[in-house]
Amino acid sequence: MSDLPRSQHIIASGLIAGVGLAVAYISFTQEPADAFVFPRLISSVFAALAIWTFVKAAMGRTKVGAGLSGLEMRNMLPGLGIALVYAFWAAKELGFYTATTITFFILLTIYDPAPHGAVSTWVKRVLITAGFMAVMYGLFAVLLNVFTPREIFS
Amino acid sequence: MEFLFYMGDVFTPLNFGLLLLGTIGGLILGATPGLSPTMTVALLIPFTFKLEPQQGLILLGAAYTSTVAGGAVSAILLKIPGAPANIATTLDGHTMAQKGDGAKALQVSFIASAIGGLFGVLLLIFLTPVLAKWALAFGPSELFWLAILGVTVIGTLDSSSVVKGLLSGCIGLWLATIGFDDIMGAQRFIFHSSLSGGINVIPALIGLFAIPQVIGMLAKGRKGNDAEIITVKRHPIGAAFREVFSRKRALSIGTAVGSIIGLIPGVGGQIAGLVAYDQSKKMSPDSAKFGTGHPEGVIAAESANNAMVGPSLVPLLTLSIPGSPTAAVLLGGLLIHGIFPGPTLFAQYPQVVWPFINSMLIGQILMCVFGLLIAGWAANVARVPPAVMAAIVLSLAVFGSYSVQHSMGDVYVMMSLGLSMFFLERFGFSAAPLVLGLILGPIAEANFIQGAMIANATVGQLTYFFTGWLNWLLIAIVVMSVGYSIWMELGQRRYTTKEDASV
Repeated sequence: MSDLPRSQHIIASGLIAGVGLAVAYISFTQEPADAFVFPRLISSVFAALAIWTFVKAAMGRTKVGAGLSGLEMRNMLPGLGIALVYAFWAAKELGFYTATTITFFILLTIYDPAPHGAVSTWVKRVLITAGFMAVMYGLFAVLLNVFTPREIFS
Repeated sequence: MEFLFYMGDVFTPLNFGLLLLGTIGGLILGATPGLSPTMTVALLIPFTFKLEPQQGLILLGAAYTSTVAGGAVSAILLKIPGAPANIATTLDGHTMAQKGDGAKALQVSFIASAIGGLFGVLLLIFLTPVLAKWALAFGPSELFWLAILGVTVIGTLDSSSVVKGLLSGCIGLWLATIGFDDIMGAQRFIFHSSLSGGINVIPALIGLFAIPQVIGMLAKGRKGNDAEIITVKRHPIGAAFREVFSRKRALSIGTAVGSIIGLIPGVGGQIAGLVAYDQSKKMSPDSAKFGTGHPEGVIAAESANNAMVGPSLVPLLTLSIPGSPTAAVLLGGLLIHGIFPGPTLFAQYPQVVWPFINSMLIGQILMCVFGLLIAGWAANVARVPPAVMAAIVLSLAVFGSYSVQHSMGDVYVMMSLGLSMFFLERFGFSAAPLVLGLILGPIAEANFIQGAMIANATVGQLTYFFTGWLNWLLIAIVVMSVGYSIWMELGQRRYTTKEDASV
């Protein structure tokens, strides 16, 4: 196992162990105690297994999970950032359809392997985005009557 | 034979239209690498809200059945299995396509899938009512152990690490406790207002299955789908039928193995296909031909992975214990319509359950017919660039999660769980036990509390939960599944260590 995945495993299992211990602590200290009987049972096993996983990772004995390579992280970071902004901010603040159109088009532009210099590439991207949004509007607004936030158009 | 009474319901215009839509859509989506049957069904659930429970389940069941079979198209023509269940199909299917027998491989695969699937659904029809009557004997302690069994079996058998599989199950069980306690009304683990109503199962399922796929596609970077699709020549369908029926051994092994494995919670289609392939190879006089484009390899693998679909729903419909991640998603589809599966399901909702099961029976035939018609065309879907697919799935996930309760909180929960699951998967954790924990958590807790109350008033908790042959049987299965998985893991490690030493 290379150093990168090993340190990643230690961080990941450390975080999970932290969550496990926090859950166990809350379960055993919160009142009313009767409401936490089942969480106590679960959190005890959760914390024990999480600590076991952390100790194994710290000793470099983790056998499964390839972690993330630097290339994968570089590849996914822009898209992940856009996806998070879309879900946690833009969908509500800009409205679902506006935010989805922008997100879809940006993701397509960043990750589409077609050359950015060709006009046909941009036309294709615009057409795909427009077509997809028409389908989404038809499905959710017309067929399912889902009323989504439409902030900047409301 | 009660199911025959409800057969007509499948053929009403709307129900049959939905069955066709689910079948054709499922075949196309199944042929798309990266879109697993579980994710497809999870993304489809929001589209069933406006439908009657019967119609919604028909759509979901058809999609489940045909995505499994559709995965064979890309396995044969591109050597990329559409779903893990189709891994064994690539071994001989793609070689057949390379030799110019692509059409024959596709025809054989769909016919074998339909036969295996039909047998599996018939098993579901005849086994479920019997098991439902037997399940009436289950009390709180048995149901508690059964829920724990569901999580541990899938946690140990579905994961590459026993500890991480069980840990994933514990995380799911903990997530299920978030929100207000049913008995005391106390707040538990509500760190954000989005969690005040607990974690809704549908957004959680969408997040856990769809978002890791989206991020995984993005992690590949600016990459087109340059997989070469092998073009197929015409092949007479009659000859394909004769081919399948002349290879009864492979067909029987595949169907039997798939049906048995389907009944075992946690052992998915991937295992069914590989075990059936391996057993057919061992029992065939032409074992040397396996791997070189032998139709028996395709027949065994495809009949097995579709035969497991029906039996995998038996524990769900009788005991409300989903036997697989896709069954867990279907449980979400049932719950959203206010239907709680269990021993009384067939008595309470025969007008929902029987048409659903019947539609899976008819769906196998439709899947075969349309599979043969559109297989060559469906393979082109695999050419869609991962960037487009990622953007589509992300948008559907956000819209689908929101539409459950018209709540942004569900979108936040979906995204947070999905992001966490992506990283967890990269470190050897698995979504299946986590989902089972999340779904079975309330069942386990309710029965644990109820059992504890009964025990305190009668024989005491230790005696109540640890005596009785049914409790012993369930505990023994839990212990055996954990023990077997540890033994397998240690065996693998010993093997690895020996290999390392010899280098």
